[in-house]
Amino acid sequence: MQNEMEKNLLKKIAGISGFSLGSAFNLRANGVGVERHSTDQVKIVSKVDKPGIDIYVKANSKGEQVHIPVIVTDTGVNDLVYNDFYIGEGAQVEIIAGCGIHNDGCNPSQHDGIHTFHIRKNANVIYSEKHYGEGNGSGERILNPTTIVYMEENAVCQMDTVQIKGVDSTVRKMDAYVGANAKLIVNEKLMTHGVQTAHSDVTVNLNGADSSVQIVSRSVGKDNSVQVFHPIAVGNTKCRAHIQCDSILMGQAKISSIPEIAANHVDAQIIHEAAIGKINSDQLIKLQTLGLDEEAAEKVIIDGFLK
Amino acid sequence: MLELRHVSFQVTDNKACQEIIKDLSMCIEDDKFVVITGPNGGGKSTLAKLIMGIEKPTGGQILWNGIDITDMSIAKRAKLQIGYAFQQPPRFKGLKVKDLLSIAHGSELAEEKCCSYLTDVGLCSKDYLDRDVDASLSGGEVKRIEIASLLARQDLKLAIFDEPEAGIDLWSFAKLVETFQKLKEQSLKSIILISHQERIMELADEIIVIDNGKVKERGSKAEILPHLMEQFSDNCAFKK
Repeated sequence: MQNEMEKNLLKKIAGISGFSLGSAFNLRANGVGVERHSTDQVKIVSKVDKPGIDIYVKANSKGEQVHIPVIVTDTGVNDLVYNDFYIGEGAQVEIIAGCGIHNDGCNPSQHDGIHTFHIRKNANVIYSEKHYGEGNGSGERILNPTTIVYMEENAVCQMDTVQIKGVDSTVRKMDAYVGANAKLIVNEKLMTHGVQTAHSDVTVNLNGADSSVQIVSRSVGKDNSVQVFHPIAVGNTKCRAHIQCDSILMGQAKISSIPEIAANHVDAQIIHEAAIGKINSDQLIKLQTLGLDEEAAEKVIIDGFLK
Repeated sequence: MLELRHVSFQVTDNKACQEIIKDLSMCIEDDKFVVITGPNGGGKSTLAKLIMGIEKPTGGQILWNGIDITDMSIAKRAKLQIGYAFQQPPRFKGLKVKDLLSIAHGSELAEEKCCSYLTDVGLCSKDYLDRDVDASLSGGEVKRIEIASLLARQDLKLAIFDEPEAGIDLWSFAKLVETFQKLKEQSLKSIILISHQERIMELADEIIVIDNGKVKERGSKAEILPHLMEQFSDNCAFKK
C-alpha cells in the first residue's frame, strides 16, 4: 500500500492509483520491486543476472494492458534497471510505463531505465512513458531512459513519451531496428524549465522492405533550460521515414535540433523537418482578441502544442 | 457607438516616415452594417487593427460607447465586446476547432452549437470539430473557421471582419453572404466589414471608401456603389 505522495506520483505518471484487476502490474519503488501481478496472457518475472524484469506477452493475446511504473521518493537513490519486453507474434498490448521522482533532500535521485523490446511478427504495441519530478529538495532529479526496439515483419509500435515537469536532467537514447513492412511511430513531448537540460538521441534503422518510421517531437524550452535533439534515420532498403521536430523557445532557453538522415538504398524516402522559434505573435494576438490576456494565451498555445 | 477622433498612424521604415492613416475621424453608429472598401494599400486593414488594438495610433483618440480605448489592451477591448476576424488567421498546432470555438465563446461550447457555427460558414461540422487548426487545413478552411470564431462570441457588440471573402470558394461565398445577411438581421449591434465584393457591399447600411489613409467617401450603397468602380479605374498610367 502506498502513501499519499506515492499515490500522487502514480497518478501523474500512469493515471492509476495502484494495481487494477485485469492488467499486469509491476511497481518499483526506490530501487526495489514492491508489488507484482501477472495475468494469463502477460507474465512478469524477475531477472536473475541483473536488476529488472522480463515481461512476456503471449502470442495472439488481445487487449492486454501492462503497467510498470517506477517511483523514487528517497533522496540519494541511484537506480539502474533493465526491463525486457517479449511481445509474441500477433499480440496486441498496451504498456504504460513512467517514472516519478519526489526528492525533498539535497542528494540527487536518479533512475536509469533500459528497456528492450522484442516485437514479433504482426504484433501491435502501444507504449507510453511519462516522466515527472517534484519535491522541495536541492537534490537533482535525473532520468536517463534507454530504449532498444527490435521489430519483426508487419509489427506496429507506437511510443509516446512525455516529460512535462520537474526533471532536472535527462539523457534519452533510443535505437530501433525496423523489419519488413513494420511501422514505428514515436511521439515525443518535452518541456524544460529553470536550468534543466534534456538530450535526446534517437536512431532508427529501417532494415526491412517497406518499413516506415514517423517521429514527431514537440518541445518547449523555458527559462535557462537547454535541449538537444539528435534524431537519426537510416534507410537501408525501400522505406519511408518522416521526422518532424518543433520547438518553442521562451525566456533564455536554448534548443538545438541536429538532424541526420541517411539513405543507403535508391528507394529510401527520408524527410526531416525542424522548426525552432518563439510563440508566433499572431497566435497570441488572435487569442487576445478572444479576451485572453497574454499569459493565458501563452498557456493555451503551450498546452495545445504539448497535448 | 464607435468614434475615431483625428486618428493617425505612422510607421518608420529605413528612417523614412510613412503615414498610413491620416487624421481620420469618423463615427460608426450602433446597429449599422458598414462596409469599408477602397484600393489596396489605402489603410483599411490598418484601420481595423487600430480599432481592435493590434496597432496603436500615433495620434488621435478612439472611443467606444464613450470610453477612451486608445491605450487599452486587445484583451480589454475584447471584454468590451469588440471582435476581430483576421484576414490571414494564424494556425495552432494541437488546438482543435472545437477548442478554439469554445475559447471564443468564453466557456465550453456544446457540440451542437459548434456545428451550427461551422455550418454557417459552409463547413461540414462533423469533419472539422476534432481537427487541429493547423497547417493540415487549407487557407479557405482556416479562414472560415476564423469567421466561425467570431460567430461563437457571446454578446458581441462590434464585429470587425477583414476581407472575410478572401480565399473562399464560390459556393462557400454564397453561404457566407447568407451568414452576414443573418448577422445583420440578428443580435449584433455593429458590423465593420472590409470587402471588395459587390455582393457584400449590397448588404451594407453604409459604405465607407478609404483611400490614401483618409475617408474618401461615405454614404449609402445607393450613393456609393454605382460610381465606385469608376473612381479607381483610371489610376494606372500604363493603362490604355
